[in-house]
Amino acid sequence: MAEAAQREITYVGAIAEGARTILNEQEGAFIAGEDVAGAGGVFGSYRGLLDEFGSDRIVDTPISEEGIVGLGVGAAATGLRPIIDIMFMDFMGECMDEIANQMAKMRYMFGGSAKLPITVVTMSGAGMNMAAQHSQSLEVWLCHLPGLKVVTPATPYDAKGMLIAAARDDNPVFVVMNKLSLRNQGPVPEEAYEVPIGAAEVVRAGDDLTFVSYSRMVSEAVKAAEALSADGIEAEVIDLKSLQPMDTDTVIESVQKTHRAVVVHEAVRFAGLGGEIAAQIQELAFDDLDAPVARVGAPFSPVPFSSVLEQTYLPNADKIAAEARQLLGM
Amino acid sequence: MDQPTDEVLLDIHRRMVRIRVFETEAGRMAEAGKIPGALHLYVGEEAVAAGVMAHLSDDDWITSTHRGHGHLIAKGGEFDRMFAELFGRATGYCRGKGGSMHISNMDLGMLGANGIVGAGPPIAVGAAFSTKFRNTDRVAVSFFGDGASNEGSFHEAANMAALYKLPAIFVCENNGYGEYTPQANHQAIVDVADRASGYGMPGVIVDGMDAVAVYEAAGAAIERARSGDGPTLLECKTYRFFDHVGVRGMGLSYRTDEELEEWQKRDPIHMFEARLDELGVLSRDDAAKIHEGVLEEVRAGIEFAESSPLPDPETLLEDVYA
Ligand SMILES: Cc1ncc(C[n+]2csc(CCOP(=O)(O)OP(=O)(O)O)c2C)c(N)n1
Ligand SMILES: [Mg+2]
Repeated sequence: MAEAAQREITYVGAIAEGARTILNEQEGAFIAGEDVAGAGGVFGSYRGLLDEFGSDRIVDTPISEEGIVGLGVGAAATGLRPIIDIMFMDFMGECMDEIANQMAKMRYMFGGSAKLPITVVTMSGAGMNMAAQHSQSLEVWLCHLPGLKVVTPATPYDAKGMLIAAARDDNPVFVVMNKLSLRNQGPVPEEAYEVPIGAAEVVRAGDDLTFVSYSRMVSEAVKAAEALSADGIEAEVIDLKSLQPMDTDTVIESVQKTHRAVVVHEAVRFAGLGGEIAAQIQELAFDDLDAPVARVGAPFSPVPFSSVLEQTYLPNADKIAAEARQLLGM
Repeated sequence: MDQPTDEVLLDIHRRMVRIRVFETEAGRMAEAGKIPGALHLYVGEEAVAAGVMAHLSDDDWITSTHRGHGHLIAKGGEFDRMFAELFGRATGYCRGKGGSMHISNMDLGMLGANGIVGAGPPIAVGAAFSTKFRNTDRVAVSFFGDGASNEGSFHEAANMAALYKLPAIFVCENNGYGEYTPQANHQAIVDVADRASGYGMPGVIVDGMDAVAVYEAAGAAIERARSGDGPTLLECKTYRFFDHVGVRGMGLSYRTDEELEEWQKRDPIHMFEARLDELGVLSRDDAAKIHEGVLEEVRAGIEFAESSPLPDPETLLEDVYA
């Protein structure tokens, strides 16, 4: 058992394991998306599943995002448990009506009579020279829609555990994976387990300030914390994991201890989730704050192609540490 | 449609060779790690871009796809600025901001490669609306794949173009696959051209490996559009010789070597050169010289790109707004 827990696999391998777990335990579960079957997903997220579960349950679709998500909504409303793959979250533009006006609202509009146990798996993030239409972090589009849940696994452990939790949930849940994390290795138990939706985790303890982050930026925040530690500053790092619902209790508890917070995300800073989190902190812990809540996010531009520009664009450990130093008046 | 003159034949040939050599070298550069990101190459499909573009001037518009270098080259794109863009340099057509998937040139009437499958047709409808609105005789040609013909955006665009009798031409490059999915697994029809009748426009099927056939069919569609009779859906049956992304791709076995070899026997450039030789328009030796000359140009383009400056980080926030 202890040995099994030490086994390390990749983030992308963890997605496949989570999917396999769900397909084994739920008769009504199926995966549909572009190139998910024959190719096993363009990122390899579903490799091997077609052979194991057959083409009734691992379904290659046409390039028709609105159709694919609509299929998921209709199938979920009538008793199945679809896992829908939207290759890049940038392609949500093609299917936003099905997401925003159908999936998110059907249960409410129908007075609670419909249930939509649908999971959408998609990829976010820049850093691979994929330019403006294949690199975005658009989670805030989803968080603004009552009826949806949104989780953002940062590690292989969370990728598997959150996919399982999402697929067992009776609501629409978006599992926003990160494409730059696909090859990252980490410990992943072989058995089925859930990483609960709605629970944040303190991934590094510290007393001097709090980094609130999610997805790939958690590891950058940890790196920044380590750099600050050399200067005698101990930053606490919180991985939100779940953006909707959001575990504000964990954030507030930390801020009450550290009195300073920096929210860090890869998404564009303006109107990003950092604004919401900063507002919640000042609403719930105003008297505990020794400084305004700071935010690190991408500048107000599309994601550029060229490496120099893309690296200038992306938040990273250095930028996070610099923001922290400024907040501490260093 | 008249038979193409010798001059036109040579022009089409040149456009095809320019695409082939550029793409082959771009593939090499990507494999050598010099071009980052995703590179979708057009090798095998040259007859489509060349046969259509031979009818267009800089004032006609095109929309392209993720597989867009061939369209831009056929529309007059210059190697140096194209390579500079693929290399992410400040001297590139998009100043290093777009890369392969967004390569564009407004002066040449090229409304961009596109990272969103199916995004081109509605934009071409807008360009066609614009040319009609301004009472010009210009047209807008939208290139898109068999896979893209399953996006709602294509269907909405086709309906509107026919409804408004816009000077639009929908050129479907049916290469038999959308990424790794064969056509038979993504649509229940064999001929994308069948979809035209549902919108009230002609649907024409042409051998996309035969540049003259493409030239003639595109000529008829463009003439129809210019004279105010509305859009045409032109389906070109073609094949990509390289993988979906890059040259060798991810190494998936979704198509057979035999199938590739069958199509390579109908290499659009080889077939065209055989024909030109037979017609006495261009000898084999002279054709080889054209390839060599283009290769020189391509090498110069690569050199230009490599010696060009990287974008100044300060330019990151430029051009978000006018
Ligand atoms: C809206 C959208 N969905 C999916 C993709 C991913 N994707 C990129 S190219 C491609 C296949 C396109 O096939 P086709 O239209 O036939 O063009 P081809 O690549 O064969 O030239 C897919 C699915 C995308 N870029 N945009
Ligand atoms: Mg295709």
